[in-house]
Amino acid sequence: MIEIINLCKSFDGHMVLNNLNLNINTGETTVIIGRSGCGKSVLLKHIIGLMKPDDGQILIDGKDVTKMDEKELNTLRMQFGMLFQGAALFDSLNVLENVAFNMIEHTNAGPEEVKKRVKECLEMVGLKGIEEKKPAELSGGMRKRVGLARAICIRPQIVLYDEPTTGIDPIMGDAINDLIIELHNKLKVTGIAVTHDMTSAYKIADRIAMLYNGKIVAVGTPNEIKNSKDPIVHQFVTGTGKGPITEGIDFEHLVT
Amino acid sequence: MKTAKGNVIIRIAEILGHRFVEFVRYAGGLTVLMGQTLFWIPMPPMRRRQILEQMSKIGVDSLPIVSLISLFTGMVLALQSAYQMKMFSAEMYIASLVAFSMTRELGPVLTALIVAGRVGASITAELGTMKVTEQIDALETLATNPIKYLVVPRFLALIIMLPLLTVYSDIIGVMGGYVVGVYKLGISHAMYMKNTWNPLKYKDIFTGIVKSFFFGVITCIVACYEGMAAEGGAEGVGRATTTSVVISFILIIASDCFFTALFYFVAK
Repeated sequence: MIEIINLCKSFDGHMVLNNLNLNINTGETTVIIGRSGCGKSVLLKHIIGLMKPDDGQILIDGKDVTKMDEKELNTLRMQFGMLFQGAALFDSLNVLENVAFNMIEHTNAGPEEVKKRVKECLEMVGLKGIEEKKPAELSGGMRKRVGLARAICIRPQIVLYDEPTTGIDPIMGDAINDLIIELHNKLKVTGIAVTHDMTSAYKIADRIAMLYNGKIVAVGTPNEIKNSKDPIVHQFVTGTGKGPITEGIDFEHLVT
Repeated sequence: MKTAKGNVIIRIAEILGHRFVEFVRYAGGLTVLMGQTLFWIPMPPMRRRQILEQMSKIGVDSLPIVSLISLFTGMVLALQSAYQMKMFSAEMYIASLVAFSMTRELGPVLTALIVAGRVGASITAELGTMKVTEQIDALETLATNPIKYLVVPRFLALIIMLPLLTVYSDIIGVMGGYVVGVYKLGISHAMYMKNTWNPLKYKDIFTGIVKSFFFGVITCIVACYEGMAAEGGAEGVGRATTTSVVISFILIIASDCFFTALFYFVAK
């Protein structure tokens, strides 16, 4: 169970996360939705300890991530996998070295074992025989899938997805959604995804949380969120230009 | 009228103060990175393969340009001094002049500038790209310290290879002087070699090597700091690369002045 308690973070005086509270249940996939630049990725980076909050706590099974030193964090990170928005594969390494990075660096696995595990992980994301390729030779969708293979290579208990379907075509996007569901069913991982792609959110989520103005304004099952009467949630999930979120913003000059 | 003048003074003070704070922050950043690098050097694993890879990139690949520039510098030094020495009929001292200038000053400084321009820029561009494409964040999520993984191998490679390149540059520079002295100015081979070796002391070569060691430290720390602080996509990486080269150049020349003075006054 991950508990986020009163999390605050500001950049240059601008409050991005403002007393944010959220509980994430073990074994569920929670999707955090919100507008671009509202702090979704910042929240994700706090959970894995890449950023330190100004105030507040993040408890993972009772242990506070925000107070950990580097050694404790690294031990914790061995239970995490993270898929970055642009996949963030290491350009200087080939696909095999990328996927097996954690295994090679932090375990005593021999080359045969590494190869076998990489092959398994790549098969799980529907790729075959690309171990020797460099990331630059892959298409966007393939890179994302390799990124996913890297995230699951050490059998993590928690997987974080930063905009898993952004920047790839809708068909590949849906394939990624299916992959996330499959991973969830097969590996029983706790998933946390941030996205503004509602199709993806409805499909992969057990629960959806909406982030607005630095706070979680609504939490519910996909159906509850879909039928929410809350004007902010309603405007976001239906993608309407006019409403409380955009109040005071003049969109007309974009049209004319 | 009085207040307008007062405002201008306040404004100037503000700008200067802001600049000063920025300078202190930058110097602090470099110092912290330096400290972290030293902390991570003895930590396992050693990453021999990466260090060797970087040594090849930094050292071996710089050989052609270092050769070319050192050779020409040696030749120009000989020709230029010949012009003046002729007036005193003292051409035979050209050899010592070239040897001293190359080993104490030009060898270390020119090599450091070449390496800062060639290698420092590429380190900043590589690390900067890794930063803006979240690869450095990815390293951390994979429980790997970016300083240990990225900075330490480059640091070790630079502080080993730059002094070696400097010695190489010294030799090529003296050869350049030899070509001009012996084949153009008609100094005999024996005389040229004698005037190169006799006045030259180990100390002269040693001071050059000590300098180049510190130039290596400067180049690596500035390049890595700029790279890891890069922000704002391709434009940010470009800006970081330019700043990295400019700052390295300034720091190399400034510290050279410091070291030359130090060796002059202290180690006479």
